[in-house]
Amino acid sequence: MEIESISHDIVIVGGGGAGLRAAIAVAEADPQLSIGMVSKVYPMRSHTVSAEGGAAAVAREDDNFEMHGFDTVKGSDFLGDQDVIQYFVQEAPKELALLEHWGCPWSRNEDGSVATRAFGGMSTKRTWYATDKVGFHMLHSLFQHSMRFEQIVRYDEQFVTKLLVEDGVVRGVASLNIRDGVLRIIRGRAVILATGGAGKIFPFTTNGNIKTGDGMSLAYRAGVPLKDMEFVQYHPTGLPGTGILITEAARGEGGYLRNKDEERFLVERDYGVGTKAELGPRDMISRAIIQEIEAGRGLEGAHGQYMNLDLTHLGEEKIQARIPMVRELSKLYIDVDPVEAPIPIRPVVHYMMGGIDTDIDGATSIRGLYAAGECASVSLNGANRLGSNSLTECLVFGARAGRCAVDFSRGIDEGSDANLRAQAEEEVARIEALRNKRSGNEKISRLREELNTTMESGCGVYREEGSMQASCETIDVIKQRLADVSLQDGSRVFNTELIAAMELANMVDCAEAVARCAVVRKESRGAHTRRDHPHRDDQNFLHHSLAYYEPGSPPRVGTKPVTLGKWEPEERKY
Amino acid sequence: MSERQKKTFVITRFDPDTDEVPKTESYEIEVEPYWKILDAINYIKDEVDPSLSHRWSCRMAVCGSCGMMVNGEPRLTCKDRLSGYGDTIEISPLSNFPVIRDLVVEMDGFMDKFNQVKPWIIRAKELAAEDGPMRQSPEELEEFKQFSMCINCMLCYSACPVVANEPEFLGPAAIALGHRYNIDSRDEGAAERNEVFRGEGTVFSCSYANECSEVCPKNVDPAAAVNQAKFNAVIDWATGLVISRDGKE
Repeated sequence: MEIESISHDIVIVGGGGAGLRAAIAVAEADPQLSIGMVSKVYPMRSHTVSAEGGAAAVAREDDNFEMHGFDTVKGSDFLGDQDVIQYFVQEAPKELALLEHWGCPWSRNEDGSVATRAFGGMSTKRTWYATDKVGFHMLHSLFQHSMRFEQIVRYDEQFVTKLLVEDGVVRGVASLNIRDGVLRIIRGRAVILATGGAGKIFPFTTNGNIKTGDGMSLAYRAGVPLKDMEFVQYHPTGLPGTGILITEAARGEGGYLRNKDEERFLVERDYGVGTKAELGPRDMISRAIIQEIEAGRGLEGAHGQYMNLDLTHLGEEKIQARIPMVRELSKLYIDVDPVEAPIPIRPVVHYMMGGIDTDIDGATSIRGLYAAGECASVSLNGANRLGSNSLTECLVFGARAGRCAVDFSRGIDEGSDANLRAQAEEEVARIEALRNKRSGNEKISRLREELNTTMESGCGVYREEGSMQASCETIDVIKQRLADVSLQDGSRVFNTELIAAMELANMVDCAEAVARCAVVRKESRGAHTRRDHPHRDDQNFLHHSLAYYEPGSPPRVGTKPVTLGKWEPEERKY
Repeated sequence: MSERQKKTFVITRFDPDTDEVPKTESYEIEVEPYWKILDAINYIKDEVDPSLSHRWSCRMAVCGSCGMMVNGEPRLTCKDRLSGYGDTIEISPLSNFPVIRDLVVEMDGFMDKFNQVKPWIIRAKELAAEDGPMRQSPEELEEFKQFSMCINCMLCYSACPVVANEPEFLGPAAIALGHRYNIDSRDEGAAERNEVFRGEGTVFSCSYANECSEVCPKNVDPAAAVNQAKFNAVIDWATGLVISRDGKE
């Protein structure tokens, strides 16, 4: 049967914050352009929806771009690219204002101006918020605003299985419609990946089920390196058991972290956060929690040791007005009302600083291929992201990738039909074989669990050579075993087992990049903390890591210079 | 550790590739007392029957993916405690929607309804980024805030007796969304949306059953939105009438 081929000017993969912002940017840049937006879920299900605390941008008189810039550079442990950071802080207020024009229900001060709150590592109140459901409101505002543009054609619940690349230029994507199991070619003169992170490679994560690193794997397999993948952010406050996020805004609004002796350990002992205490950056606070637990000051619970997040002194009125979701989640998932009792928390995998290597335009090493949001590494976040920079990042760099993709698309033809069809036919054969695979000794859920376990043991908050090497070896074996997976579901219609099998392969790609880059970086910087190399080593490691896909073997790991600027690397102490 | 308990899940299955009509399958599993309904379904999918299809993602009651009928009631399954149920629990796809497969329903029709109410800020003159944010008082925000909390989980459509008889009915979530923009102080598009609301199969089709507000997992009150929208649409129309009559006189 002939494979159907659909053409758009710009194809966007992913319908979360970055993808929607890119689509709107394209629509605004040129209303004549047609946009195909392909997403494995309906856009409002995208994981942007789960972001809670806020989005950063200079808003107050006591703030300026210099301060936001330096906070971000320092937060990144000097691995953020300073040109990217400068552009980001300047664009941030404009982007958040646009979102306001588009209906986002930002919380307000009495005079009607947008309210801002304190956040970790930020030197003043610059985090805009809509109570503590900021990702939810931003996503819905973007999605609803996008509906006014008829030229944005959505392909909901379609799973991109391959980037169609010809002679170093991307020509479109192979997209499997989950609903009917039919693969189509969706052609575009530029393609933007905005598929989010890969938190599901870890067992204990704030991330939703869909965060399987699909776009990272698509780009990686097509030859684009993944950058700085060893930097995995642990959020200090996840609910034990489920990993559900309790926002940093809880501390921004004045919450305390306490150990079993009810000490505010960030105040009592020197964990490098200085007077910032609970408002230190995430990497440092996560380490402090682990150290407190190791020193025997953790509390014992059904899901292991934990610390307490104490909000009881804030009072019901403030909790209800500023962080209602914290209360809602805490009551619903652990039966604790934070008005009356502290919330048990422990560090939980939250965000990938690393991702598809892009330049400041979101452009990758494949011509016409762009990436933005968590799937990309534009090098805003370096070795550690500051909370509330990533929602803004989706807007600033989603918009820029959209505009740059438009510029690129003007000077490029559509490419060879025959070549794309041949590639798509190979994809159909590969997917059909997988769907019909009844023999094999491996189960998807078991392999996923083993991958999760090895990522936690080798690439957790604290790392060392031996356990990281063990992870690398285990991942190599899992990669082999993937070929021996058998499926029980042979249906073409909404076959989620088939999708899960392909997602697992994507996760393994991301996991190997994380583990292999982590082994090579023999220093401690930001979220990458090694017991065997406890200090930052600017002499040898003030550079980005790049993982290049190598068929049949582990990735080749290379480096890329960091773009420095006016802020010289210095000791990171608060 | 907590005590595991045996429970039986009777799940509606349907694969259009092989089935003429839906059937049910029973799964007896051991559950943890703290589990939500979704945890049990995920367990069945992972450990017992990988061919079961259902939607889910955030597992924290905000993405809106995992709505299903639990013992005949529309529920958001990641929010729904297992402990409240007996030994046998029936799970089926959300009612009032066509079924694609197993627990997965067709939602394109639902999505199209949002477009109809123009859920975006309409202004005579658009602002530029450089203009900065508009002012909105906390009181003005409070006016529409609760109607902006909908997660599009579709439970209200499953519960609505009007949707059951009249699938084209615009329905609670879409009306609440249109109303949300109508009463947002930054918006100037109420006249356009009220025209939509005065059309067939919208606010005046509502029978005031209030089921929508009762099943909403986010405490939105779509029934109130429909009521207010109806009132505003009438006032808007009557005002228009008076103005046009005045114009003639």
